[in-house]
Amino acid sequence: MKEVYIASDNIITSLGFNTVGNIENMLSGTTGIRYWEDGRLSPEPFWASLVDTEELTGRFSAFNNPEKFTRFEQLAICSIEDALSATDIDIAGDRTLFILATTKGNISLLGDGQSTFFKQEQVYLWHTARLLQQYFNFSQKPYVVSNACISGVLAIAVGARMIRSGYYDHVVVTGVDMVTEFVLSGFNSFRSLESGPCKPFDRDRQGLSLGEGAGTIILTGSPLSAGGIRTGYGFSSNDANHISGPSRTGEGLYIAIRNTLEKNGLLLDYISAHGTATPYNDEMESVAITRAGLQEVPVNSFKGFWGHTLGAAGVVESVAATYSLAKNLLIKTQGFETPGITNPIHVIGANVEKEMRTCLKIASGFGGCNAALLFYK
Amino acid sequence: MMVDPFVISDYCIIRQNRVVKNGNTLHESDETTVAGFLTAIYRHFGINYPKFHKMDNLCKLGFLAAEVLLNHSNLKERYHGDKVGLILANAASSIDTDRNHQLSISNRLDYFPSPSVFVYTLANIVIGEICIRHAFLGESTFFIEKSFDPGRMHHYVYQLLEEEAIQCCITGWVELDSDRYEAVLYLVQKSDIHPDGIAIFEPAKMNEIYLQRT
Repeated sequence: MKEVYIASDNIITSLGFNTVGNIENMLSGTTGIRYWEDGRLSPEPFWASLVDTEELTGRFSAFNNPEKFTRFEQLAICSIEDALSATDIDIAGDRTLFILATTKGNISLLGDGQSTFFKQEQVYLWHTARLLQQYFNFSQKPYVVSNACISGVLAIAVGARMIRSGYYDHVVVTGVDMVTEFVLSGFNSFRSLESGPCKPFDRDRQGLSLGEGAGTIILTGSPLSAGGIRTGYGFSSNDANHISGPSRTGEGLYIAIRNTLEKNGLLLDYISAHGTATPYNDEMESVAITRAGLQEVPVNSFKGFWGHTLGAAGVVESVAATYSLAKNLLIKTQGFETPGITNPIHVIGANVEKEMRTCLKIASGFGGCNAALLFYK
Repeated sequence: MMVDPFVISDYCIIRQNRVVKNGNTLHESDETTVAGFLTAIYRHFGINYPKFHKMDNLCKLGFLAAEVLLNHSNLKERYHGDKVGLILANAASSIDTDRNHQLSISNRLDYFPSPSVFVYTLANIVIGEICIRHAFLGESTFFIEKSFDPGRMHHYVYQLLEEEAIQCCITGWVELDSDRYEAVLYLVQKSDIHPDGIAIFEPAKMNEIYLQRT
């Protein structure tokens, strides 16, 4: 079977503009989730992880004029540029595919009626993907995966399939989402936001923290230009239960995990959970993990560091998880102190070294969707 | 003789005030609004599913196309729920409900964001609604494209079928943007389970069905 390698990656969040910068902050126990009073984003104060605008535009200026690109586009371009700078893969050919994972893209343009510079057409996700395609001269028409909070994980699984099928040699997968008034007001109306940095799997967790960010993973079928981490098969599954609430039995996530483990046939050393820190999500994940017989496998959530980055989450968290896998170093679950889930899974409470060969990334989202994806050395 | 492994067993098209299944017009309406037309379809086919009335128009459109597509298909007797996939695409994502949600937050003195609206600001909710209705638990993905591209859709669905992630797939295009709407769904099955499909599962056939006059 054709193997799929990770050639290069990037993470941009409040904790940094590249992968190593983010990891170093996480290892030192720094959270990027802060208290904000910003009337443009919310009538009420809120807690969230926001990318520093001054630094973003500063960095973007090295590539192009920040006034001509939306914040979303700047995040995507900075992320792709950084990932490309660390690989010698030639993306110009017709054997390279670009996949954008996002839930809401340039959605803030909808509320920007006064704006004369940006066209309303830019709110469409296909438009955003085409703009990025043209910017980087990808010769093939890009794909957009917009599948709620599993978009990022799903996009990597789709990209790996495209290489395995022989249609493409390289796939650039980029996940981006922003903290906007649109999203903040929506999650607020659901009363699912924590009043402080979120606490995944903790007894006192009350909700999620929103975050924004961008992540890129460059997949390749060519082992010569790659590091040591490979992307295995990934699967999704729907709960067929409720459009906004997780299944009590963890049915969809359990099926996604089961199918992924069966197809890959490898033992698991580590699980990077979705871990949004809402009472129901974390409980559901612990049920699914236990049903799959994985309760002894170390599990963490990165969301206490950079919040829930929605469609980008699957990409930025996969990058962080594969970093852990490469360095044999597990990162603690920021915000987790006292176990607070019915099924006693093994939540990682402190940074620890561990020899690892495999890692499972899981995610769940609105619409009852769930996904699992294996990475291995 | 080589047998093609997958067939299009049925298709359903909803556009221009008509509902067409496998080439036959099943319903025509002179309703002047999208919402009115969708309700008329629901009534015409005698569907009884109270959750329908809570859905946004995009979900109603996809739900109704799936109802018509799957009528008499006996999928439950042929496949486990986790072997039925839903791979859909459109151009506008959930833009209609996005605009509604945006309206609810555009005025600070009249600020009324609602969870029952916000949950529909994701295109893949239509997949969730169809899965809930039919207990489908299989592989699902929502793609966004400027226009329907049967070749690319076929390529991904074929891979899923070939690696046996799924054995049956509902795939196609469910688009709604203000007063413009179009649903074209295909039911793809394994030819050894369903040998009498109406067409081979291939991009040219998908395109021919999509481009037919309705």
